Amino acid sequence: MNTENLVPINVLCTHYRVEMSFFSSLEEIGLVDLEAVENTKYIPSEKLGDVEKILRMQQDLNLNLEAIDIVFHLLDKVNGLQSELQSIKSRLRIYEE
Amino acid sequence: MEYIDYYKVLGVKKDATEAEIKKAYRKLARKHHPDINPDDKDAEKKFQQVNEANQVLSDSENRKKYDKFGKDWKHAEEFDKAGQQRQYTRSGQAGGFAGGGDFSDFFESMFGGQPSSFGGASSGSWGRSRQFKGQDYQAELRLELRDVYKTQKRTITVNNKNIRLTIPAGVANGQVIKIAGYGGEGANGGPKGDLYITFTIENRTSFQRDGDNLYANVDVDLYKAVLGGEITVSTFDGKVKLKVPPGTQNGTKVKLKGKGFPVYKKDSSFGDLYLTYQVAIPTKLTEKEEELFNELAKLSAS
Repeated sequence: MNTENLVPINVLCTHYRVEMSFFSSLEEIGLVDLEAVENTKYIPSEKLGDVEKILRMQQDLNLNLEAIDIVFHLLDKVNGLQSELQSIKSRLRIYEE
Repeated sequence: MEYIDYYKVLGVKKDATEAEIKKAYRKLARKHHPDINPDDKDAEKKFQQVNEANQVLSDSENRKKYDKFGKDWKHAEEFDKAGQQRQYTRSGQAGGFAGGGDFSDFFESMFGGQPSSFGGASSGSWGRSRQFKGQDYQAELRLELRDVYKTQKRTITVNNKNIRLTIPAGVANGQVIKIAGYGGEGANGGPKGDLYITFTIENRTSFQRDGDNLYANVDVDLYKAVLGGEITVSTFDGKVKLKVPPGTQNGTKVKLKGKGFPVYKKDSSFGDLYLTYQVAIPTKLTEKEEELFNELAKLSAS
């Protein structure tokens, strides 16, 4: 399997100074999906932004992973509502003329 | 340079206890944290201020220094002048993308700049130094509606780097396009960050856009509306002739299929153009016209 866009989690553990168990918890709660290739676990590099966000929320705000999961869901919701609002606003402009 | 009242920033009294300061900081950090408020510049600024206030007030040494300094602040004219000069040279630099963790001039003049230069800060931002992936950049590109009718190439400059972009026809207002790998450098071999471009589409045409469809009003003179006839109307990229049937009512809507806006990333696929006829009632009638209208009125009354 091509591991070009995958980052082994042991590299991340060293860099972020976290235990392997941190990544297992992420996977367990469903925040990030890990990929296993020949006994090594990897994270897709496009998910690194999320992982770093999770680490910041944990350390800056003392949130646990369950709370962070909720934050992610709510942000998704806000995002959806914002784009809906944007399209309704532009539709409204048609009738305001 | 302005004096910053860190107690006010955290909303605590001057004699607040350590626990009160910690509580106030935590509460404000939860509210304004940039990860909780994505793409919100005000929140980011607020978070920086709150963070800075906490760096000062949560550390007893820093707090002592700040309290003493604050008292003398109004008399410290010399210092103020030097500060102004510094601020001037700083604002002279063209700012590209504002990175996080910037400290105010006031803070830097008192504590010597870098947050890492003083220990003991009980809690602070997780910090850029720990990022593996490079920083993501945000950019805004303003285009006119006319510009995005056709696919076009543009070169934009982000952090002194020229990036050639192909902007597909039909980009929507507020749409965000991610350009992978055009953000900041990663650390320790980590991947580069990404560049996010938000498009702002300004519409200076007489057409209204809703998704792929366009809307416009078309004036039809009274006689053509009553008797029928041919009119020439402007579409987004040209003119077309339309037949107006006799007895056309004011506000009649006509749909011109495929004369709308190009569909994003769907070659040669277009939305529709909706025209609303606006029958122009003649004002300022000549004597002769008035006479004829009167005659018509009598006819229809009988």
